[in-house]
Amino acid sequence: MPTKIEKDRLTGKETTGHEWDGIKELNTPLPKWWLYVFYACIIWSIGYMVLYPAIPLGTTYTKGLLGWSSREQVRDQIADARERQGEFLIGIQESSLEEIRADSTLFTFAQRGGAVAFADNCAACHGAAGQGNVGGFPVLADDDWIWGGSLDSIHHTIVHGVRWEDDPDTRFNMMPAYGDGLLSEEEIAQVTDYVLSLSGRAPEGADLAPGEEIFAIQCAACHGEMGEGVTDLGGPNLSDAIWLYGSERNEIMAQIVNPQHGVMPAFQARLEGETLKMLSIYVHALGGGQ
Amino acid sequence: MAEALRKSDGKLPEPPARLVDLAASDVDHEAAVSWKEAENPDSPLYADRIKVHPRDVRGPIRRIKWAVLGLLLAIYYITPWIRWDRGPDAPDQAVLIDIANARAYFFFIEIWPQEVYYLTGLLVLGAVGLFFVTSLFGRLWCGYTCPQTVWTDLFMWVERKIEGDRNARLRLDKQPLSGAKLRKRTLKHAAWLLIALFTGGAWVMYFQDAPTLVAEFFTGQSSTGTYFFVGLFTATTYLLAGWAREQVCVYMCPWPRFQAAMFDEDTLVVTYQRWRGEPRGKHKKGESWDGRGDCIDCTACVAVCPTGIDIRDGQQLECIGCGLCIDACNEVMEKIGRPKELITFDTEANQIALESGAPKPKWKLLRLRTLFYAMLFLGVALAMLVTYVTRANVDISVLHDRAPLFVTLSNGDIRNGYTVKILNMTREPRSFRLSYELGDGVAGSSMSVVNLESTGETATLTADPDSVATYQVYIRAPSEALSGESMPIVFRLSDPSRGDLVTYDSVFRGPAK
Repeated sequence: MPTKIEKDRLTGKETTGHEWDGIKELNTPLPKWWLYVFYACIIWSIGYMVLYPAIPLGTTYTKGLLGWSSREQVRDQIADARERQGEFLIGIQESSLEEIRADSTLFTFAQRGGAVAFADNCAACHGAAGQGNVGGFPVLADDDWIWGGSLDSIHHTIVHGVRWEDDPDTRFNMMPAYGDGLLSEEEIAQVTDYVLSLSGRAPEGADLAPGEEIFAIQCAACHGEMGEGVTDLGGPNLSDAIWLYGSERNEIMAQIVNPQHGVMPAFQARLEGETLKMLSIYVHALGGGQ
Repeated sequence: MAEALRKSDGKLPEPPARLVDLAASDVDHEAAVSWKEAENPDSPLYADRIKVHPRDVRGPIRRIKWAVLGLLLAIYYITPWIRWDRGPDAPDQAVLIDIANARAYFFFIEIWPQEVYYLTGLLVLGAVGLFFVTSLFGRLWCGYTCPQTVWTDLFMWVERKIEGDRNARLRLDKQPLSGAKLRKRTLKHAAWLLIALFTGGAWVMYFQDAPTLVAEFFTGQSSTGTYFFVGLFTATTYLLAGWAREQVCVYMCPWPRFQAAMFDEDTLVVTYQRWRGEPRGKHKKGESWDGRGDCIDCTACVAVCPTGIDIRDGQQLECIGCGLCIDACNEVMEKIGRPKELITFDTEANQIALESGAPKPKWKLLRLRTLFYAMLFLGVALAMLVTYVTRANVDISVLHDRAPLFVTLSNGDIRNGYTVKILNMTREPRSFRLSYELGDGVAGSSMSVVNLESTGETATLTADPDSVATYQVYIRAPSEALSGESMPIVFRLSDPSRGDLVTYDSVFRGPAK
């Protein structure tokens, strides 16, 4: 503290006694109103602490007189949103899938709702926007459908699942494991070459006749005469560019020897009717809907 | 070195004797004393506010100030009530910022959210315009047009009508509480609050339809948000114009702190002509004016000052440049028979010349800074005008789907997805033709739109009036026709009947080659 307060000659104000290279600091007091604003903030904060959650106490906290909580607020907001969705949800419930698609308001609502439901329930296996995943998780954005790509087919698949034993209407088929003695190794190699030829990729110089004969007997019933697929039975198309378990010769052969079969839950047990409809609309519009 | 400087301080100017005396002498509280001079000698930590009671004043400057005040308040209160027909589905308020529907209207101009740069442009124009005016004429903004000044002036007028002029108010302040005092105070605060309510209410009218708002407001049907904001602006108007007043300029506002950077010696500022006024002193009628200045130390200039300062101390941060002291001083000069304009609007260059008896220098309007501000102002204004005149009332925005980047179709074709948004800024439904150009022209490509049956090179898309239409568009192309992982694609939107044409550059992705 300065021992002697001196006055600045030019302004007549007192200095604080602090001095830097001959420059002295003037003592300019804070205006009173500023102090009152500070007090008002303190009073405000006390009121706030009494009314709202404020002080952490280990595993709990002071709740405040108003009983406000951010979780409660979110719950209210969700309830509000649900209420506002109400009329659209009724529209979805009461309309057929085709009617929803034809109504631009309902369609937009179903697209948005379907996108959210898809992210929560489907994206883990089918990818963020239906781009599929390696190892038997089908791409939903392309135009190749094992069980059919119409709105109703997609809806049926979502509702009842694939190979989901708890649902009697589930999509179900089973390809035999031809490596378990049904076909010899040589026959499997022959039929693999033939399958490759269906998509124009026959190995050079391969004799396709024996494979064609085996295919007609063993495979055509489910995969079609020319491997074009049978959607009613869920027999995949073998003549196109899309392969669920890989397009290489060894991958196709592995699938003949000991086929893998994917499983998808029946979502009617998990989701409400209108959500299932919105999902169908969304998946159908991913690009491959028929 | 500092020590040496201080010891040889013979060159430092001597402080005005008056200031040195002030520290020792008792301040006469009845005399008008600037609060800056009335420092408490005990130097407390917190300074009491010395309440400013400006005296009423008459004169040309006061008349100009009233006229500006009336004009600005009229603009503020009347603007929301001006109607402007935009057709059946659009608001008919001339000036409206419609937050809920994300539109801003200004007479014939309609601004969408993505065009918020027009607002930025206006703010830039406002700032540069302020710099320009300040460099030429000093603090015109502070003294005449700043809302703080306008409403403070209005509140002071109300105060004067109810409680009387300066001396009556000073007396009233000192009186103990009585019925009469209570009545005057209550009436004053009620009047202030009423004005504040109308101020806050008018502010909200710029954001909602004014007639509807008024009807809803007084029947209790407005939203909580509306009541909150009206309350907030009522409270701030009442506090800032009624209570805080000059303290807003002195302590809160950043502008006084850097506006001096726009000043130079050719800027017009409110000036006390020291060379004419000093040495000052009381003057009795009949005494000679020889050897003394024209200032008779009547403190009229201090008494009328809305920020309570003494202009005779020279330029200071607290001076808002309103010039009311000029009117007050002229009144006195006239009475004592001396030339007017002892306090006047003048430039520093001119004052220096007058003081030394040199010829009056030419007032330089064209200076580097004024030219710079003017060019900047015109440049920004021109840029805004050009963008406004050439802006399309239709726009397109295309977002390439990223999950997945592309899809391989059963016949081996590659398909990309795009979200196409069409902005129809006109007031009628419109139909557009969307086409695309992939790379340098890829054979066998085609376009399809979700929920539209047609597939081909073009699609016909509709957009509702004054809205954004969103479409999911798919482009497919044979894999072998693609030149690489990524190809440019251009979307074109045209309106056959009007010839609007907007394009958007995007990419078409495929597998690595």
